[in-house]
Amino acid sequence: MKRAFLLTALCLGLAGPAFAAVGAELPGYQVVVDLTNRASLQRGAKYFMNYCLGCHSVKYSRYSRIGEDLGLDMEMVKDNLIFTGQRVSERMEIAMAPDEAERWFGASPPDLSMIARQKGATYIYQYLMTFYADEDRPWGVNNWRFPYTTMPHVLWREQGLQRAEWKDAENGNGDKKKVIEGLTLESPGLKTPEEYQQLVVDLTSFLVYVSEPARLTRERVGTWVLFFLLVLGGFAYFLKREYWQDIH
Amino acid sequence: MKAYFDGLIGWIDARFPLMRLWNEHLAHYYAPKNFNFWYFFGSLALLVLIIQIVTGIFLTMHYKPDAELAFASLEYIRRDVPLGWLIQYMHSTGASFFFIVVYMHMFRGIMYGSFKAPRELIWLLGMFLYMALMAEAFMGYLLPWGNMSYWGAQVIVNLFSTIPWVGPDIAIWLRGDFAISDATLTRFFALHVSAIPLAILALVMLHIMALHEVGSNNPDGIEIKDHKDADGKPLDGVPFHPYYTVKDIWGSVAFLFLFALVVFFAPEMGGYFLEPDNFTPANPLLTPEHIVPVWYFTPFYSVLRAIPDPQFGALAMLLSILILFFLPWIDRNPVRSVRYRSQLYKLNLLLFVVTFAVLGYLGFNAPTPLYSELALRFSEWYFLFFITLWFFSRPRRNIERLASLVVVLGLISLYDVVRMEPGHEMLVFLGWLMPAAFVAIMFLGSGVEKLGRDLPVPDRVTE
Amino acid sequence: MPDDTVDVGRRRFLTGSTALVGGTGAVVAMWPFIASMSPSARARTAGAPIEVDIGQMDWGQKIDLIWRKQPIWIIRRTPEMVAMLEPEANYLRDPNSDQSQQPEFAQNSHRSLNPEFLVLVGVCTHLGCNPTYRPDVAPEDLGADWPGGFFCACHGSRFDLAGRVYDHVPANANLRVPPYRFVSDTRILIGEMPEDAPA
Repeated sequence: MKRAFLLTALCLGLAGPAFAAVGAELPGYQVVVDLTNRASLQRGAKYFMNYCLGCHSVKYSRYSRIGEDLGLDMEMVKDNLIFTGQRVSERMEIAMAPDEAERWFGASPPDLSMIARQKGATYIYQYLMTFYADEDRPWGVNNWRFPYTTMPHVLWREQGLQRAEWKDAENGNGDKKKVIEGLTLESPGLKTPEEYQQLVVDLTSFLVYVSEPARLTRERVGTWVLFFLLVLGGFAYFLKREYWQDIH
Repeated sequence: MKAYFDGLIGWIDARFPLMRLWNEHLAHYYAPKNFNFWYFFGSLALLVLIIQIVTGIFLTMHYKPDAELAFASLEYIRRDVPLGWLIQYMHSTGASFFFIVVYMHMFRGIMYGSFKAPRELIWLLGMFLYMALMAEAFMGYLLPWGNMSYWGAQVIVNLFSTIPWVGPDIAIWLRGDFAISDATLTRFFALHVSAIPLAILALVMLHIMALHEVGSNNPDGIEIKDHKDADGKPLDGVPFHPYYTVKDIWGSVAFLFLFALVVFFAPEMGGYFLEPDNFTPANPLLTPEHIVPVWYFTPFYSVLRAIPDPQFGALAMLLSILILFFLPWIDRNPVRSVRYRSQLYKLNLLLFVVTFAVLGYLGFNAPTPLYSELALRFSEWYFLFFITLWFFSRPRRNIERLASLVVVLGLISLYDVVRMEPGHEMLVFLGWLMPAAFVAIMFLGSGVEKLGRDLPVPDRVTE
Repeated sequence: MPDDTVDVGRRRFLTGSTALVGGTGAVVAMWPFIASMSPSARARTAGAPIEVDIGQMDWGQKIDLIWRKQPIWIIRRTPEMVAMLEPEANYLRDPNSDQSQQPEFAQNSHRSLNPEFLVLVGVCTHLGCNPTYRPDVAPEDLGADWPGGFFCACHGSRFDLAGRVYDHVPANANLRVPPYRFVSDTRILIGEMPEDAPA
């Protein structure tokens, strides 16, 4: 497990080229996703159903699969996760029509099945952490990670409202412009900053999980496969050496 | 038991040349005994081909070649089909590993002069295989119908529209539509699962038949057939079976270990094997920020982008691939192996490898002014490898060296003057130093006895 | 080349063991491919139980459903139809359903939970055609002996009104009975066993 994690980290580290989405990375906000933390994933699933599934589908995933993977029985899934009146074996779709959504939000909310594979956990975490008040935007909020986002701050009751601190900065050509220095909590929400951060970690973890439900199975099977290949490799090596003794 | 078995073999042999094939290609096929690490990659390529065919067949059972359904069917395979994720990752990882293996195999051929007489046909068949493989990979990459699939195909197919006069019509004909669409997807699917695999299989057979006709080269680049024992068997050869079968089994297991490492622990390989933008469906209205081909195409993609003019860029890219076909006639030096070639040749080859890797890296990144300049300079190095190789295939007089230096550097400088833009003088000049240094070292250095002279080739293979 | 120093036993052991381990690996490696061909999560979802209202059915009426891509028949048998089943046993190949597929609750003369309602998989046990429902007694084409039942036009197999196969016809087993249970007096759930039945 640990090795798997290290390897993945190593491979991700190799990915020098720019895969980042619009906007800049925010080094101050880092997230560690632990897919073996079931409690966190269960909370994340519940938050997702509550806050996100109204507008964002996860149409490649089934409620029943999530229940199985996160260790929930089907009655719990029915009672705690499904608010749309669907059956447990169905995919997590939404009722909102894409064209209406576009009228309301200016863009149709994307399906989030693979958002973590497309943009990465860090992006999701930073996006959800860095909404700030901005009267010029239709929903009264803007986002540090993804400027001019068309999504309202769905979690504002939980987080409260943040205010951006601005500073002057120069870009390479000597032009001055204002950039965000940091965010401060202006009006607190229902949760403390620590609790809110945990909420976002849970949500992020859930989205990482749901982007590839087979991931833990994959790594578990992989360990056995590697172990088997080591054994076979041992035999094959000695066989090769035995025959090659003949050759001088 | 054994009697029955022999009886069965006898029965088949009376009707089909089973033992003859076995002996010709395995038991009595004598291969040089000094094969090293680099000689694993031929059999490994065959192994990957088998993996790709088997996984491909099973993916075809679940995949839907339809613009409306393709993306969802991929995710269906990864989520809903029992162990479908494993088969899908094996196939996508296999594609990248195929190119790793083939690039190593080709490099081996270049390094040890395996393309030289009498093995030119093996090399040519191999190059056709490589082209078929590129077509196979390119068409296969469209099938997931992700956004990068879509735009990658869009860009590559648009290359055909740079052909003078008929280009745009050819591009439309290839797509079967005015943009990449369902028609393109279905025809790519048909070609990917049937036509090209058939061609690849046929070419593999021809490649191996040609190889077994003339016999394998080896790291020393000498003919083992020149020294035979009383029975007519090469003194430095060993029967392929059992010696190289057991060796290749060991190599295959080691390879599968690395393969499994990626399949199970990093199928995306940090975005190189499965690109992030391919996890969102094809969208004709939304171009990814950087359209990046898969890594195995990026060296050639760099050559394409190195020249701003689309027609000349496409021509340069085409040339960078086609020139490989002519290697047997470019390098006519009778010394095959790098081991006995001059110091300068070794440097040239080393720089070629570096160039290929750097071009690959540059192709993966956005073309900033610096990177564009580097792409151009490394493209020049790419072609200079072949020019140098051709020029020093036989001894040259000093006056020839000097004249070539002036001509080559003059042409490069001329192009620099033509393309010069105000504000970029420094970059262009610094960049100019790259080909200048290369040409100076190669063309002048070869005059130095110690650098330019090939070494004596031994009579028999070395350990 | 092989010389006198070769340890044949060791060589044979290594060849054998590598072949054994490698062969095992090759067999196990076939597993994902075999598994991938079994029903996917989507197919299993589509195969979830279905509920049917039978409250409005007339005597002798047959309704057709599709469950797991197979035709399912529900027939409301009249008391006369049920009464016919007992004497027909003499002409049947497997009157007690010993060689046929059905849930345990249906291994009886009427092959159902409730004699009134017959639930069958409408697939001939011979080669998979759909037999036709022929409740008419002694029709011209089926002969004077026909007491009502199912007739498969493909190869002439005959079944009685409990789906039991007659002797001397191509099919050799009774029509299959799917798992089902009564949710209420008027509703049947196809695809799930009765709650008191062993799983």
